Amino acid sequence: MSRLLEATGIGKRFGGAIALEDVSLALDQGEIVGLIGENGAGKSTLIKIVSGIHRPDAGVIRLDGKPCAIPNVQAAWQHGIVLVHQELSVADNLGVSESMFLGRERRNRLGWIARREQRDLCAPILETLGVSFRAETPMATLSIGQRQLVEIARALLLESRLIILDEPTSSLTPSDAERLFAVLRQLRERGTTILYVSHRLPEIEALCDRVVGLRDGRNSGELVPPDISADQMIRLMVGRDLERPPIHETPPSGEVLLRAKGLRLRTNDPNGMNFEVRAGEVVGVGGLMGSGRTRLASTLFGLQRPVGGTLTICGSPGPSRSPRAAVRRGVALVPEDRKTQGLILDDTIHANCDLPVLPLVSKLGWPDRTRLRELAAKAMSTLGIKAPSARTMVSALSGGNQQKVAIGKWLGTGPRLLILDEPTRGVDVGAKSEIYRQIRQLADQGMAVVMVSSDTPELLSIPDRVLVMHQGRLAGELPRAHMDEERFLTLATGGAL
Amino acid sequence: MKRIIGVAVALVLVVVLTALQDPKFLQPGNVSNVARWIGMYGVMSIGQAFVIMTGGIDLSVGSLVGLVGCVLARLIREHGVPVPVAVTLVLAMCASLGWLHGMMITRLRLQPFVVTLCGLFIYRGIARFITGDATQGFGTGYTEFKQLAVGTLVGVPNPFLILLGFAAVASVALNFTVFGRYLLALGRNETAARYSGVPVSRVIVATYILSALGAGVSGVLFALDLNSIQPSGHGNFFELYAIAGAVLGGCSLRGGYGSILGVLLGTAIVRVLYNAINILGIATQLEFAVVGTVILFGALADEVVRRIDERPRGAPT
Repeated sequence: MSRLLEATGIGKRFGGAIALEDVSLALDQGEIVGLIGENGAGKSTLIKIVSGIHRPDAGVIRLDGKPCAIPNVQAAWQHGIVLVHQELSVADNLGVSESMFLGRERRNRLGWIARREQRDLCAPILETLGVSFRAETPMATLSIGQRQLVEIARALLLESRLIILDEPTSSLTPSDAERLFAVLRQLRERGTTILYVSHRLPEIEALCDRVVGLRDGRNSGELVPPDISADQMIRLMVGRDLERPPIHETPPSGEVLLRAKGLRLRTNDPNGMNFEVRAGEVVGVGGLMGSGRTRLASTLFGLQRPVGGTLTICGSPGPSRSPRAAVRRGVALVPEDRKTQGLILDDTIHANCDLPVLPLVSKLGWPDRTRLRELAAKAMSTLGIKAPSARTMVSALSGGNQQKVAIGKWLGTGPRLLILDEPTRGVDVGAKSEIYRQIRQLADQGMAVVMVSSDTPELLSIPDRVLVMHQGRLAGELPRAHMDEERFLTLATGGAL
Repeated sequence: MKRIIGVAVALVLVVVLTALQDPKFLQPGNVSNVARWIGMYGVMSIGQAFVIMTGGIDLSVGSLVGLVGCVLARLIREHGVPVPVAVTLVLAMCASLGWLHGMMITRLRLQPFVVTLCGLFIYRGIARFITGDATQGFGTGYTEFKQLAVGTLVGVPNPFLILLGFAAVASVALNFTVFGRYLLALGRNETAARYSGVPVSRVIVATYILSALGAGVSGVLFALDLNSIQPSGHGNFFELYAIAGAVLGGCSLRGGYGSILGVLLGTAIVRVLYNAINILGIATQLEFAVVGTVILFGALADEVVRRIDERPRGAPT
């Protein structure tokens, strides 16, 4: 087997944050290589560098032994490197062949799109993939799994030598996934190299010839059979000592503010989730991408209805009918995307803080403006929001301060159950620790806090205990003493402790 | 604020230039006439502005003005319904239609443009059908009722006073009540507003009711003023005047921004321009072209000012 691609000493920074440092990756022709690492380990950055989306700050990439630059996606295509995205980038209104040729349409002499020629070129590729749809099938009628196959067919059309798949099975049914694996093995036989990025360790175990691990933006080792096992892989991904804030010694014994009994978020969960959250405790919710973390948060806040089961929130039974109803019951949600959901960026801190509290400080539709001013000032001082005044536009604040506004705006409503979805996403390190401290303070003041996070170190160090989700179900619960990455990843990847 | 000052300056400019050209423009009779028209167009523009501030649009107001005129005249003249009852009935009709628009937009998630465009067609069709395309009016009677549109109070035309009343209420509602705060918040970011517990759907429905009610009030005044209502043409294009007034006055079609004072000034400028065209003897065929050009320049000037504002300090130009 000959070496196809060799990247050495790759480094990449985003602003002050180091994403990759001195990372190496070597890929041979005709092998399937798994790339693993926790969220933020640098997997995405690495594949984006190889596929021309990002440029490395340091390091060399060799293709067939010769140094080569991959300044953009088109250049990567010319080298035969194609990234199949996690979010499928297809236009619904096109047919399969048009979608495969999107951006590189074949034209006839009149400059029109040569649809027939495109279809003729696509047909053999679809045939090798053994798909059930045809070149003229409209994309809109395909399942997500079939669309994924179209993306791969598109990669084949480019005569790719290296196909990079980023979490390809996150939206596939098991049978679609099997179909995909068969295709990948077939491609390997033909000499195509595949770099397979996934969180799903059993898949990697079944599929890959070799596994490369990343941790904190560095190489953390490689595995070859027979060492490719879930345990070994978790070991590659883990391995950092976490700085833990002081632990709650006695388990909180406050009032139960959230009780879920047989709560079903999806129809494929026959039993449902059972858990309680008490006043004064911080409960983490973790799981891999698509495990239903955010869905749980939105259900508690009334943005979605549960499929079944019972919920008791702040003493009143039943799910929340709307966000407004949830707020009235004493629930607050700091959503995962503060720029579109959590805040009105084109408005002042004051106005953002006013919004949730308006019904509480108003009589017959007239707000008490003095009270609003006081509450906004209080939110700013409690959370330490750094801004010239309450009249500062939120868009002018740093990510950390914006997040503090997204949390602080709820304080005026006196929430009893505070749900934080990704409380520190896109927040710098300093603001992170401040936010952690404030979360703990709010809990100490008697709030029940549910903290959803994909940041594993944070998830395993800040909460008092962690609920781990897997495919829309509660996979298990980790008490403080058992909050380590091995146990977490085992549950999150569908294993049992 | 800059926008309002800009529109005010433009208004003054048009007035001064026209007056210099032809002093007739400032004669009491003409001023009173223009003020009356501003009043009648202004009420529906305020309603429209509320809808636009949520990021929506109401294209049905012109046809609604036509329908209101026809229904009002028929109720009073054909069915002998007492005037106050008839007015109440047509306003109730408008409110229900506005509610219907709002429900279709929020519950069925239809696009505002589509829903109200269909309203535009449907109400025009109904107006023509119930009248058999016959011209409607109140005859020579009902002089007291007509005073509402043609009369004056201490020299000020009644429609203008009615507009000022509505504008005052609307301005207070927009700036000082929970409703107004919700309205502007959801116009800027509907998702974030919903995530903050704002009853987004209810507020949006309310704005369509207000817009239809504004069209209703304007419709009553127009009917009384004209006293000769062509079911096929009465109110045509009025939705566009309402939109033009609101946009010229600083309401962003993306939602989230706007002021009632701006809407008043925007409406005034369109009306004054019309009057100026007539007074200065510019070919009336050019009316639309002139108004369109002015609005276009307004939008351009606004964009230029915004870009200058947004340019980072000290950055190379």
